[in-house]
Amino acid sequence: MVKERERVTEHGGENGLSVIVVSGADMLPPGTAAALGQPLRRAVNRLVSPPLVRGSGHTSGWGLAGEQAPGQRHLDETTLHRAALYIHWPYCEKRCTYCNFNKYISPSVDHDAMRDGLVRETETLLRNSQVKEITSVFIGGGTPSLARPSTIASVLETVARATHFPHNLEVSMEANPTSAAASRLAEFKAAGVTRLSLGVQALCDHDLKILGRDHTAQEALWSLEEASKLFPGHTSVDIIFGRPGQNVESWKEELEELLALCDHHVSLYQLTLERGTALYKQVQEKVLSMPEQEAMAQMYQAARSILRKAGFLQYEVSNFAKNGAVCLHNLGYWRGRQYLGVGPGAHGRFVPLGEGKTQREARIQTLEPSNWLREVRRFGHGTRKRVQQSELDILEELLVMGLRMNEGITHQLWLQCSPGFSLQEALGDTAEVKQYLEEQLLVLDDRGLRCSWEGLALLDTLLPTLLHQLQLSYQKSVNRSLPLTCFVPQASGSTATSRT
Amino acid sequence: MLTGLGRFQVRFAGPSVSSVCVKWRRQQHGGPGATSPGGGPPGRGDCLQREKDKYDLSKFPVENIRNFSIIAHVDHGKSTLADRLLEITGAIVKTERNKQVLDKLQVERERGITVKAQTATLFYHHAGRTYLLNLIDTPGHVDFSYEVSRSLSACQGVLLIVDANEGIQAQTVANFFLAFESQLMIIPVINKIDLKHAEPERVAKQIEKVFDIPKEECIQISAKLGTNVDQVLEKVVEKIPPPRANLSDPLRALVFDSTYDHYRGVIASVALFDGWVQKGDKIMSSYTKKVYEVNEVGILRPDQYPLEKLHAGQVGYLVAGMKEVKEAQIGDTFHLQKQPVEPLTGFKPAKPMVFAGMYPVDQSEYTNLRKAVEKLTLNDSSVTVHRDSSPALGAGWRLGFLGLLHMEVFNQRLEQEYNASVILTAPTVPYKAILSSSKLIKEYGEEEITILNPCHFPDRLQVKEYLEPVVTGTILSPDDYIGKIISLCQSRRGVQRNMVYIDDHRLMMQYLFPLNEIVMDFYDSLKSLSSGYASFDYEDAGYQVADLIKMDIYLNGKLVEELATIVHREKAYSTGKAIAERLKDTIPQQLFEIAIQAAIGNKIIARETIKAVRKNVLAKCYGGDITRKMKLLKRQAEGKRRMRKIGNVEIPKDAFINVLKRQKDK
Repeated sequence: MVKERERVTEHGGENGLSVIVVSGADMLPPGTAAALGQPLRRAVNRLVSPPLVRGSGHTSGWGLAGEQAPGQRHLDETTLHRAALYIHWPYCEKRCTYCNFNKYISPSVDHDAMRDGLVRETETLLRNSQVKEITSVFIGGGTPSLARPSTIASVLETVARATHFPHNLEVSMEANPTSAAASRLAEFKAAGVTRLSLGVQALCDHDLKILGRDHTAQEALWSLEEASKLFPGHTSVDIIFGRPGQNVESWKEELEELLALCDHHVSLYQLTLERGTALYKQVQEKVLSMPEQEAMAQMYQAARSILRKAGFLQYEVSNFAKNGAVCLHNLGYWRGRQYLGVGPGAHGRFVPLGEGKTQREARIQTLEPSNWLREVRRFGHGTRKRVQQSELDILEELLVMGLRMNEGITHQLWLQCSPGFSLQEALGDTAEVKQYLEEQLLVLDDRGLRCSWEGLALLDTLLPTLLHQLQLSYQKSVNRSLPLTCFVPQASGSTATSRT
Repeated sequence: MLTGLGRFQVRFAGPSVSSVCVKWRRQQHGGPGATSPGGGPPGRGDCLQREKDKYDLSKFPVENIRNFSIIAHVDHGKSTLADRLLEITGAIVKTERNKQVLDKLQVERERGITVKAQTATLFYHHAGRTYLLNLIDTPGHVDFSYEVSRSLSACQGVLLIVDANEGIQAQTVANFFLAFESQLMIIPVINKIDLKHAEPERVAKQIEKVFDIPKEECIQISAKLGTNVDQVLEKVVEKIPPPRANLSDPLRALVFDSTYDHYRGVIASVALFDGWVQKGDKIMSSYTKKVYEVNEVGILRPDQYPLEKLHAGQVGYLVAGMKEVKEAQIGDTFHLQKQPVEPLTGFKPAKPMVFAGMYPVDQSEYTNLRKAVEKLTLNDSSVTVHRDSSPALGAGWRLGFLGLLHMEVFNQRLEQEYNASVILTAPTVPYKAILSSSKLIKEYGEEEITILNPCHFPDRLQVKEYLEPVVTGTILSPDDYIGKIISLCQSRRGVQRNMVYIDDHRLMMQYLFPLNEIVMDFYDSLKSLSSGYASFDYEDAGYQVADLIKMDIYLNGKLVEELATIVHREKAYSTGKAIAERLKDTIPQQLFEIAIQAAIGNKIIARETIKAVRKNVLAKCYGGDITRKMKLLKRQAEGKRRMRKIGNVEIPKDAFINVLKRQKDK
């Protein structure tokens, strides 16, 4: 805590006002992008992605100090040809009481059909996006550990055939800590999985039951041991706090117990009540009751402290890593990178260059597996919804996602998405934001904008104000700098700008 | 909402008219094709032409004219009966679709408001003679009954409609007494006898008991099916006397309604008591003393149908280049410029009873909102507008309305028709103070002042006494709910004046209420505690002396002028507590603790605390699904635009009006 305070003071500047120095090789001078003068270049700018170096995320005013990633500029087209890949396996054996994800309980899954569908859609989306290099793969669900390892292998082979597939590519997969799954972990490893995310959720059988999980605490520990052997340094544990009836003391003990056994990564989720779930109903009917906000806050802060003491760096709201064992795939989301989403209900964000487009799209695949399969067979993909994203849309997402990281949003990252429209201009000038800076909830300095330790726990309260401010400043900057930011020659009489 | 509170004029802004004849009421208000000066819409011209040839109104004998209104409680079938009368007399073509339910605007449907029907002149043949029947509509709702009584003063008789199932309701009673006091012939009509649970005999007994009209005189009809509707017309001719009119006296015309046409200006509905009027006449308003040249006169069939002249005893419309409806106020008298006459008695300008501040959500919308308010008031002369400003809400207006429903309808129309977003402050009633401080008297120029805004409430020390407006409220209800209703009335400082059984188990109660006690949510409470069976109406009953105090609200020690209210001393604590609790529910948790305090002078009488938010961040962004999260956050960001800041505290725009609601969300 003391350390944290020092850092905030150091970077917060006097009078709560941060002075931003845009200089050095790792900064992108606003003029550079402006000089490119081509629509494609502009698209490149929005998506530019420095190589993801393990351990590159440690640049915040809180948490452990880490090595700073050297900023690298990739203003060539190759950045548009890179993306992360998300694969969705939609099936589960059992419905968890709290889960409202897109999943299906099916007694007989047609594994061959699913394999063919996932492979086919991967091929199509790689072609449509013209992605030449996959930067990470994440297989989520559902319960992907219920898929056949050969299915995973087929998808990865497809990726390798169509793109450059780095030898140390991160391929994460979610797995349930059941004995059945644990026994097949080696096969998944052989299929190409390099990183495992184990859904332990709790080390208390009573709570596991409330959550509707199909494993016991004992099974979970055993699975964790297995996983850590197979994926040393690359095993993550999911754990849920804020469970009905949970108190701070028992939570601390449980977490300590877990930390004694776990590997280098922990994902810490607060249980949230989602409409339509069994748990929601039970709470509505007062069969169960959720902890009060105060208790939730204490549990979160206790967990953060315990994890920090144990050498874990909190690199995001819910994610903690030691020895730099961050999840590169998730970091990509938070940094606003491109990703392809394959499988029922999967989400994607990419520029469909292969379809002749230069604007990024937000995409969702068809939710229901059999409908999705039918569409994939017919059209090669099951894209159900595609929304073109404006520059402001992209900046809004970057703001919301970027502030979840301890490194926050660096000036470099921001300017890549928005040349000529600085973070200071976007957010620095209003009373509300200045108040946040003064109260040390936010830090805006020469590195960028990020949350303080206290601010991170309140992020969702800060964000509406920040988003609102961003929208206002953006509009202002469009109005003001119309001639400066016009890259594309305008048709006469048109008032459209490159920002719209 | 408060059905029955607030006389309001709901007018059609110009909806599409799918069936020309069916929606006759609409066409009157400037809808597309509604006002073709050369005659009715296509297809009807022939028929009208024949009638015109047939009836030369200049020679129409006054003894063959009948002027009457239909009055009823909401949904007792007033509009349906009007439709049938029009069909029978050939004013509109009979079709299955002549259903009043079809032509309600969103705002009315949501609120159960009856559309303001329109005056129509009908030609009726009976016993070898042709009669000119003028069906004169009373303005939308009976409430602050002044306008209604003005309309009734153009009539000699009324049809009092009562639902055969529901029986007499509060508005039936209020309507009856208005007609009774105007000494009109009252023809009781029991409607909806086709309903399964209809009890016309029971209702006839109620009518006999409450109104002292022999039950045999009730006409039992089904307006929906047309059963016995012909009898209604016969009774109108037989029982209602013709108007007393003198053609040889100079023009004396009563304005009993007015509408606004975008192209032609104000169209005034008039009843001629004396003389005649024609195009080119120079006429003068008794109230405003303004002079106008008549451009057009005619009758309403119900479409505007121009004629050469209107004569004494007749009812029709008049266009004379008036630019605002305020220039043709209901109750005003028009006469020839050169021949002044004694105006018809009883004219008073509309008297607003509920005042509230209205502010744009965003000050940049001020100009647009001003235009929208101007346009709406163009068509509703009863809304008063004063410019106002407040520290937290910026520039806006203090608007006066006839009642709370009137206010809500006005606000809803602003939002629906003009896409305006406004902050309304809690409504207040016009309190009065008799000043004792000579300094203040000098400042105000008079001893008695009306307080429209709680911020201007004068200090006790400078005042002899305070006065609050009171109303006579009429409640009708099955006696099962009597206990609950009485305690509700007592909690609202009501004083019982009267209680009678109108039949075996239905009660009529009359209470004297302070207006402010019933203005906010009395009707909602009454409805909910009586499972919807009780009905309520009220009328102005002047002022009474009251022990009033001003209650201030502080947020984190900062006075919020916009939340100040005037309360009766004996209710200060309970109101203070209720407001503080209400604010606690309305103001979202923020990054710091918020103290809400209600105070009388320097004394804090209630306090609530909103704790600071401790944790608010969740995971949920996995599998790249950030769409939902973005949607939620963007909605909240949009909400920021609608927040007002008092010090550091963000207040949602609804808070200002919600504070006075005693119930939680309806």
